[in-house]
Amino acid sequence: MMHRLPFYKMNKPARGSLLGIEHLRDEEILGLLKLARRMNPLKARPLLRNKRIVLLFYEASTRTRSSFEIAAKSLGAITTLVQSSGSSIEKGESLLDTAYTLRAVGADAIVVRHPAAGAPLLMAKHLDIPVINAGDGMHEHPSQALLDAFTILKHKRSFKGLQIAIIGDIYHSRVTRSNCHLLSRFGAKITLCGPPEFVPDVAATLTPGLRITRHVEEALRGADVIMLLRLQKERLAGQKIQLQDYIARYQMTAARLKLARRDAIVMHPGPIIRGLELTAEVADGPQSVIIDEVHNGVPTRMAILARALGKAS
Amino acid sequence: MPNNKSKARSLLITGGHVIDPASKVNAPMDVLLREGRVAEIAQPNKIRGGADEKYDARGLIVAPGFIDLHVHLREPGQSYKETIATGTAAAAAGGFTSICTMPNTAPVVDTDEWVGWLQNPERGAVVNVFPIAAATRSSRGSSLTDFAALQRAGAVAVTDDGKPILDDEIMRAALRLGAELNLPVVQHAEDTRLTENASMHEGATSFRLGLRGMSSAAEAGIVDRDVRLAQQTRESRLHVAHLSTSDGLKAVRRGKRAKARVSCEVTPHHFTLIDENVGEYDTNFKMNPPLRSASDREAMLVALADGTVDAIATDHAPHAAHEKQVEFERAAFGITGLETALALAITKLHRDHKIPLTRIVELFTSGPARVFDLRGRGSLAQGSFADVTIFDPRKRWTFEAAKSRSLSRNTPFDGWQFTGKVVATVVGGRIVYRTD
Repeated sequence: MMHRLPFYKMNKPARGSLLGIEHLRDEEILGLLKLARRMNPLKARPLLRNKRIVLLFYEASTRTRSSFEIAAKSLGAITTLVQSSGSSIEKGESLLDTAYTLRAVGADAIVVRHPAAGAPLLMAKHLDIPVINAGDGMHEHPSQALLDAFTILKHKRSFKGLQIAIIGDIYHSRVTRSNCHLLSRFGAKITLCGPPEFVPDVAATLTPGLRITRHVEEALRGADVIMLLRLQKERLAGQKIQLQDYIARYQMTAARLKLARRDAIVMHPGPIIRGLELTAEVADGPQSVIIDEVHNGVPTRMAILARALGKAS
Repeated sequence: MPNNKSKARSLLITGGHVIDPASKVNAPMDVLLREGRVAEIAQPNKIRGGADEKYDARGLIVAPGFIDLHVHLREPGQSYKETIATGTAAAAAGGFTSICTMPNTAPVVDTDEWVGWLQNPERGAVVNVFPIAAATRSSRGSSLTDFAALQRAGAVAVTDDGKPILDDEIMRAALRLGAELNLPVVQHAEDTRLTENASMHEGATSFRLGLRGMSSAAEAGIVDRDVRLAQQTRESRLHVAHLSTSDGLKAVRRGKRAKARVSCEVTPHHFTLIDENVGEYDTNFKMNPPLRSASDREAMLVALADGTVDAIATDHAPHAAHEKQVEFERAAFGITGLETALALAITKLHRDHKIPLTRIVELFTSGPARVFDLRGRGSLAQGSFADVTIFDPRKRWTFEAAKSRSLSRNTPFDGWQFTGKVVATVVGGRIVYRTD
């Protein structure tokens, strides 16, 4: 029988939870990447047969939601989607009451996306089942960082010494926070690039060795990996950014791409806005791996779910 | 207010070491309380005649009753968080004999009726309650309340705590009207136009956690403006609530140097904790103003030591579990603080930072009494009110939130080991709290 804990006494998150990259151990990250390489959605063993996985989405999502769902189903799990609209969340149910409810209907794991930073951790501290963070506010998006790392390793031998340029709205980006935690830990050299509204000086404190530049040319010169970010209009909250000015200074064009190494890859967590942070030419060009990232999301999330439910053998 | 009149009983406190900064006393003394007043204070064994009751204070510090300038009691309207009875019981356990209550209740305390209601003996207060009334109607920041009527009813100051007065003209008018009545205007200094959706201090920790931050500038800008306005009207009295930033402190210092009537308070959590202590979204570390940077905390320690700060105030802000057990960004601001204030002051300020006990007692007694003109309080001089706090500065103990007398448990200090503990609290000559 599950019981509710008084709020000043909380659990540790259940084994297999994935709340962020920051507090993962190196071998956990490498283990997940290794497992992801062995996952094939088209011929997977039903490792998670009869497991019930709830996809709890408080924010819009195309890629993350569908790939978690396909990943779960490829492994034989039963999935249920709960979204804020059309559920009791709309009626004002608290996050923890929703969590207890989903546990009570028999969830074996919960994949949660939430607009508030730290929401998955809060759930994990009050549940005895694994919680997987599918993006929490501006905090982390660990499955995206893992699939990005997976994608990079398909094109580059290792992370060590890689020059990585991350360009755009860093401040609002949970993908960037997770990517910085993952990539800088394995020796990549990361440069953050954008105007001060998007790349505040404090961003450099996130991980050791982060560099900041306001000039896209400087970020691109010699880069092995270019990560672009969407301007997150839904999180801008009153900030006035001149789009035309941003395009002029930071848009990834074919001409600018030439500054990077010839074998540089162009990444983007999506959704992309053609004509804003990048031109259609770059998005569809030979160096773009944007669609590969989406594709790699499925085996990566299969690995995450298999690990979560203890089937990572 | 507790009924302190008609006290036929007398209480003799013997063998203690009296620290009374208001009277410049720091020596072994006996204290006789009779009929709600300090009847006599004299060297050990010099007080003749008996007393109905004796308190053996050997090895203990005997101080004027502590005064807290900043307490949220949640009545009227939110008695599920705290009542006047439970909040004052927590105050007594923390050594506070007088507390000043904030008006942001439901409804807001903006009329003389509500000021009277708060002080009605039916509320069950066990320590003295001094209401601070709203400065503007419903604390909406647009039209001033009737300061004179509020003052006559017993309000000791006015404030729109939590909803700072941003409009320059309204703040100027409040300070001017306050000046005519000798009534302090208390400001929660936060430019809320700059802190929308923010839930902690802006810095490396907020960036790492992906939380929107409140900049130091949002506090300092308002303190700076208020000090300038206070300087424009000589008699106006500005009190800066829960000062937390080094930049805000600079503005206070400038005002004090210019001889403006500016005072300020600092909370125990702001001299103890910093933004990094939020850890992984611990909502018991979420309050407003937020925990600041290490250098801001250092600045508070310096100002507490050098006399710039007038008072330690708790900003005791109880909240129910369901208001804290939510996403960090959605959690209520505030922590309880009445029962841990002295222990934090002794542990952090005295033991760790070598601030003398006399200064600490001043920050809890004569300092706050002066800020709100609480006549006869904050001193053990003969004729003062018989409010006494007795504490053991060396006692080691562990605070357990579950045993708190407050209705709420939202404290970051659960399980903390402290040095220094209140052992008895006397209000109007009557012992309202004692440990065994």
